[in-house]
Amino acid sequence: MTTTYTARAHQDHPPFLYSDYRSTVKRAPTHDLVSIVQTLTETTGPGPAWTHLSVDDADLTTNAGTGSEAIGQRSIITGRVFDENGDPVPDTLIEIWQANACGRYVHWRETAFPAPLDPNFLGVGQARTNVDGEYRFLTIKPGPYPWGNHPNAWRPAHIHFSLMGPSVATRLVTQMYFPDDPLFDLDPIFQSVPAHSRHSLIAAYDHSVTIENWALGYRWDIVLRGPEATP
Amino acid sequence: MSDVVYRQTPSQTVGPYFTMRLSGEGENVLTTPETRGERVRIEGRVLDGDRNHIEDALLELWQADSSGCYRHPADDRSDVSPDPAFFGFGRCSSDFNTGAYSFLTIKPGPVPHPDGGLQAPHISLTIQARGMLNPTFTRIYFADEPAANAADPVLQSVPQARLQTLIAQRVDGPDLSVPTYRFDIRYQGDDETVFFDV
Repeated sequence: MTTTYTARAHQDHPPFLYSDYRSTVKRAPTHDLVSIVQTLTETTGPGPAWTHLSVDDADLTTNAGTGSEAIGQRSIITGRVFDENGDPVPDTLIEIWQANACGRYVHWRETAFPAPLDPNFLGVGQARTNVDGEYRFLTIKPGPYPWGNHPNAWRPAHIHFSLMGPSVATRLVTQMYFPDDPLFDLDPIFQSVPAHSRHSLIAAYDHSVTIENWALGYRWDIVLRGPEATP
Repeated sequence: MSDVVYRQTPSQTVGPYFTMRLSGEGENVLTTPETRGERVRIEGRVLDGDRNHIEDALLELWQADSSGCYRHPADDRSDVSPDPAFFGFGRCSSDFNTGAYSFLTIKPGPVPHPDGGLQAPHISLTIQARGMLNPTFTRIYFADEPAANAADPVLQSVPQARLQTLIAQRVDGPDLSVPTYRFDIRYQGDDETVFFDV
């Protein structure tokens, strides 16, 4: 038996070219993608070994190592990683990065937005899914921030998520958003996602995750391409 | 019973700040002194539709070891075993000022194709960037493998006129003792790099 993966569901993903997001105009491929039979090159990938080499670093409120906590709305982000068959994806590494509570990233290119840095917040973390595909981060809710795409452009609050999954074919980089953000309708990156699948990028507030007198809870599940068995 | 339908979570751009978490220093060097195989350097630039450089691309490399074996449970062949001193994964972010990238690795061995026969030595490359809403997948082949390339089933599925975009060419690198191959990645235009629907 050779495990191959279901096709990429292009209809559920953004197009390469979405002109309202101006940077796509010169960076989108214009030839059709060339379809190939998946070989070991595509059905293997760095995910399993990369996870094995990694450690959990899932508390972004303290992982700056200063001894003081990051400022912001303390938030638990938890959920499960599934494949398209509904099976959990265990032992897979999730890497995240985000802005601080003011919308400022700790990055040398972030110079235009005069919002304060938080000396107790790096904005990066990683966690591995457990046997049930569950992951959990403790962080602060990032702030919206301006960008240069169009006049008075602001990104809704979001956290960048990167998952390898088990193979090259399952690679996913995406963004998780928070519920009821008024900037959704104004953000071309969020709007680039086909309307029917936008909801799947928005975490749900989950009161059963919220911890009394401590942190608000959000739940967000992720679905990767799944294996299909062929003889 | 559940009526939940599991659909692929949509992709989003890596944005300009991914180096906060992805692509650390030295992750483009895949070899140690113990690694088996011929050292090679892969270098190139990432270029947009105006052939301006892409200053914030994330390149992820995945390849077999010198015997054509992948460090992965799905490569369960009994006749090969992975080189314990080789992982096969590298990350590099393109240079902000030039769009250049490089990897120091080994030339991979041939990998079987599910329809039979061997694939020519090749490297999988996944490219993402600010302004790319989805990952782009390509393969690096080697110019000094003409016979293997001619017989490669994946290359045979590529339109002849575009084949050369997948062939890395020998060039003089910074260290003349390490064979260096040039592989530019171009978006748009007649000479756009072939990207695969993997």
